[in-house]
Amino acid sequence: MKSTVFVAGIGAISAIGNNVAECLTALENEAAGIGDIHHLQTVHRNKLPVAEVKLTNEELALKAGLSSTISRTALLSMVAAKEALDDAAIENISSLRTGFISANSVGGMDKSEDFFAEFLANNTKGKLRNVVNHECGAVTELVSDKLGIKNYITTISTACSSSANAIFLAARLIKQNMLDVVVAGGTDALTKFTLNGFNTLMILDQQLCKPFDENRKGLNLGEGAGYVVLVSEKVAASLKKDVYCELSGYANANDAYHQTASSPEGTGSFLAMTGALEKSGLQPSDIDYINLHGTGTQNNDIAEGTAIKRLFADHYPKMSSTKSFTGHTLGACGGLEAVFSALAIKHSIIYPNLRLETPMVDLPFVPERKLVKNVPVKNVMSNSFGFGGNCSSLIFSKL
Amino acid sequence: MDKLINDLKVQIIAQLNLQIKPEDIGDDQPLFADGLGLDSIDALELIVLLQQHYKIKLSNAEDGPKVFKSVKTMADYITAHQPKV
Amino acid sequence: MYKNGRSLFENEKIELPEFLIAAYNHFEINYPKFYKMDILSKLGVLAADVLLKDDFKIEDYKAEDVGIVLSNANASLDTDIKYFETVKGIASPALFVYTLPNIVIGEISIRHRLKGENAFFVAEKFDVDFIQQYVSNLFYNNVLQVCICGWVEVLGDKYKTVLYLIEKNKNKKSLDFTKENINKIYENNNG
Repeated sequence: MKSTVFVAGIGAISAIGNNVAECLTALENEAAGIGDIHHLQTVHRNKLPVAEVKLTNEELALKAGLSSTISRTALLSMVAAKEALDDAAIENISSLRTGFISANSVGGMDKSEDFFAEFLANNTKGKLRNVVNHECGAVTELVSDKLGIKNYITTISTACSSSANAIFLAARLIKQNMLDVVVAGGTDALTKFTLNGFNTLMILDQQLCKPFDENRKGLNLGEGAGYVVLVSEKVAASLKKDVYCELSGYANANDAYHQTASSPEGTGSFLAMTGALEKSGLQPSDIDYINLHGTGTQNNDIAEGTAIKRLFADHYPKMSSTKSFTGHTLGACGGLEAVFSALAIKHSIIYPNLRLETPMVDLPFVPERKLVKNVPVKNVMSNSFGFGGNCSSLIFSKL
Repeated sequence: MDKLINDLKVQIIAQLNLQIKPEDIGDDQPLFADGLGLDSIDALELIVLLQQHYKIKLSNAEDGPKVFKSVKTMADYITAHQPKV
Repeated sequence: MYKNGRSLFENEKIELPEFLIAAYNHFEINYPKFYKMDILSKLGVLAADVLLKDDFKIEDYKAEDVGIVLSNANASLDTDIKYFETVKGIASPALFVYTLPNIVIGEISIRHRLKGENAFFVAEKFDVDFIQQYVSNLFYNNVLQVCICGWVEVLGDKYKTVLYLIEKNKNKKSLDFTKENINKIYENNNG
């Protein structure tokens, strides 16, 4: 039974905007959100640029309708997931089988690490309440409870490909007629845990990152959340508003090379992109835009670029990395970039890859450096490659 | 220098969780690729080792391959760069 | 450690880290990278090695046709805590690398050169219904021909690892992939 799934709603919050409209405006105006650390209490302030969401926990809590003592990861998730659900405007949703599939890599770590520091110094101190929602799954449940989604809830945690994987799991559940509507995507907040970790792996750029530039030095960490509301054909037909696009292809593969580095040939990326194309029935030449994983590390960009060179030989589509705007939002990036992909189709635009000065010598193509408008954007491929060799690729198509 | 080289071998084994004895590492034996088969994460741990034990900060990861070529090159680097007490 | 209901290796006198090394030696695994892994990855790799040896010939399959679907309740918390201790001084890259639950999948994939679809789910309890449906779906749609599935969990001195191998092709010894059989396997093993 060939059935399709559609993107009926989108929601996002990131360093470049507190909702979808603000993010889109920033993308169109080439306004990146990367800069000094303001909210996180860390020794790396004034040393490492990051892409923080420009709201305090109190401000986020107000938007989310949750307590500000709740983990920032959950607050971000709630804001974006709610926007997506409201955007989809499904009138009879309470009578439909609805799911929430959320991904994250840090869980409630922001609160736990504060607790831990106090606790280590003095084991009678530290608010235990802060660690109650540490688990990745707890973050998901906090949000699903608030959204009133009960039928199906799960959490995926596969590093940077997490939310892409959440989205295509959602598609499968709908196609198998197990659910009618799924809010799928991911969230991650900036924490000392990840900032120190990435710093010790020496893959952070001390300046603003330059994805796909020959002289790139690393990534900038970001935070945020991005969700899409996927619906079945039947539900799509009942909606008053047009859907954004179809999720026409998806695939996942393992690079099987190293815990945190990609194989030089980009085998995992190649397998994921090829698989997604096969699933969608499209040819490489049908892809109009690739939203690259493009973190700005020496390793990812050459691996991803090599895989693209191999797969798209001579028919290179336009491409760019929006991480040049939002930083690398880890567990949220697949979801956030799915939202950007849907917007690209709806508005016929292709985002620029900021700060690319010197094209990579080993690649026969260059990402777009300026915003491109009024071009046919029918099929968009979005790549998300995670630690552990977990590589995913999604394809969104115009109806 | 001999003491430094021996100390380094013990420290490297401990830091990288290697299952060999100090006598098994040659002074000039390549640490990476075919030699001891260390990988990129091990290289980062060696950077941590330099900082923790010798207070030397290697801020440019690209210098890594030269400095960590062998225990001898590491020892030479430490001798040249160790902050005076 | 049990395989197909038979005990292959036991030692109740030593702690988990030593037990894992003892098992590694007992099964003559000979894979030096094992020593650098965190406990979660050691559990997964050890169990996968035992699962895959003897009865199963991985060379019969294409790398992209063999996948891994695992889950647990505490993600990588055991290692997260150890890593975070190092942040006080100098953050350890070797520990940071293991602060994600799916790295164990990466390690198993690297060891056995598996490139098929893989996923890691975080859930309070082992969800038989979900795993059974999810993996069946992968076979039905020809995404995979073989799948390593199960539960790999550790936090402090509490741990439980149960892996089972699902193949599309039936052979003499295989059980049907049903919820009842999976539950029996999961409950029987004392981890």
